[in-house]
Amino acid sequence: AGPGTMAAAGAASGGRTGGAAADWGGFEDNMQGGGSAVIDMENMDDTSGSSFEDMGEMHQRMKEEEEEEAEGEAGAAEEEDGEFLGMKGLRGQLGRQVADQMWQVGKRQASRAFSLYANIDILRPYFDVEPVQVRARLLESMIPVKMIHFPQKIAGELYGPLMLVFTLVAILLHGMKTSDTIIREGTLMGTAIGTCFGYWLGVSSFIYFLAYLCNTQITMVQMLSLLGYGLFGHCITLFVTYNIHFHSLFYICWLGVGGLSTLRMVAVLVSRTVGHTQRLVLCGTLAALHMLFLLYLHFAYHKVVEGILDTLEGPNMPPFQRVARDIPVVSNAVLNTTAKAIALTL
Amino acid sequence: FAGLADVSISEDIPVEGEITIPVGSRSPDEDFSTLDEPVRDTIMRDLKAVGKKFVHVMYPKKSSALLRDWDLWGPLVLCVSLALMLQGGSADSKDDGGPQFAEVFVIIWFGAVVITLNSKLLGGTISFFQSLCVLGYCVLPLTVAMLVCRLVLLAGSGTISFIIRLIVVVAMFGWSTLASTAFLADSQPPNRKALVVYPIFLFYFVISWMILTFTPQ
Repeated sequence: AGPGTMAAAGAASGGRTGGAAADWGGFEDNMQGGGSAVIDMENMDDTSGSSFEDMGEMHQRMKEEEEEEAEGEAGAAEEEDGEFLGMKGLRGQLGRQVADQMWQVGKRQASRAFSLYANIDILRPYFDVEPVQVRARLLESMIPVKMIHFPQKIAGELYGPLMLVFTLVAILLHGMKTSDTIIREGTLMGTAIGTCFGYWLGVSSFIYFLAYLCNTQITMVQMLSLLGYGLFGHCITLFVTYNIHFHSLFYICWLGVGGLSTLRMVAVLVSRTVGHTQRLVLCGTLAALHMLFLLYLHFAYHKVVEGILDTLEGPNMPPFQRVARDIPVVSNAVLNTTAKAIALTL
Repeated sequence: FAGLADVSISEDIPVEGEITIPVGSRSPDEDFSTLDEPVRDTIMRDLKAVGKKFVHVMYPKKSSALLRDWDLWGPLVLCVSLALMLQGGSADSKDDGGPQFAEVFVIIWFGAVVITLNSKLLGGTISFFQSLCVLGYCVLPLTVAMLVCRLVLLAGSGTISFIIRLIVVVAMFGWSTLASTAFLADSQPPNRKALVVYPIFLFYFVISWMILTFTPQ
């Protein structure tokens, strides 16, 4: 019953291929040449609607037809010549199987690559910016708007925020290195990337959720963009204060620069929210988180005097512990050397 | 062959010539010809290709050899050697101050992938692996800087050595950035070159920072 049905299927597909051959007569000659590189241009005009997929389908159909014919042959050959089974039958079948497998793999790879490309295309409109626009938006992020009665326009682009997050990561690395931060159960780079991206994505999602509760007219991409540009103030403050270690300078920058960028974000959100309670909740949360993040970034990676704790406490130190000390810059070096001297004598 | 019945050939076109079409490139023997050559030939061919690209990086002219036949051998070798050289700074288990091997590896490849995606999203015409190839090969000046820094640190680690290291690393960082922008910026629309150059600048800045702050314990 097996060979019978296969022969019938072969005949049916042969009939189908025969019907298709009437339409695609020109191609049939070329395909039977075994993948010849020469394509007759005359015949191309007859099949002007052909596409690569159609060629692939036709090829597949022809291969199936060949397979079924050859399987019938190989079956007959196997029954007749049992000894020559290894030579001709196997090689033919193996070759066909390999060709089939390669076609499947190729198809799978192509579809996977296509889906990956399609995913990139989803993000493409958010990166459609000019350098002038980016510069303008960076400067605007420090200027709080005064008109809060009309919903303010937020540009939904992701290039600027992404670059600002990466810049913050680089500045954080610089700060960690100059403050000799020692991280036990992690890596410097991992911590920096995790902190910055975690803040940007996490706080954006949280504020978006609150905005949804407070009926604010804002989309997720706009929220990501707003918070991302709000990190510009953080970048400036940290860049200045990681190099010039004066506490009063940091507090001035924190209030001034950080405050300006927070005020801008708050003003934009207020212009898009209705109701006093909602405005208070949303903007209070955002302001608190934004300012506290800057405070955290400064003090967590401030110049620490790690050497004292290390030598005094030894291996009982819990992991990922850093203690910030308010030591004025001038006596830092003196304290370091005295601590090391004491440790050496102990 | 029903379709051929309609085809008519006029009398004065000579129907002659070779009927066999030279399709020699697809014959199975040719595909296997590179398997029969000695291993040394294969390795030397690949090494020569990698070496030629190194020369292109050190003297960045406007040539398309790096882009045309991209390969990732060179970036792999550079990345592994850079990560190995950067690793020696933390032999003590208490002091995890230096970057681990995996960290450097991940930073370089993840950073290169992000820059490539960024340049593609901004409308670049370069393909994914070509961009990875260029960014990987342009790490060569920084690897040279790392070597020089290690040699300088063998001599001593005072202020003078820091100044020497700073100068060398800054010079190589500039060279890397210039070399990669020479290859990559051409594939962008002309008014967006700055948008593509900035992440490359950040990427090489981070790597240079890791090299500069490397201190063997």
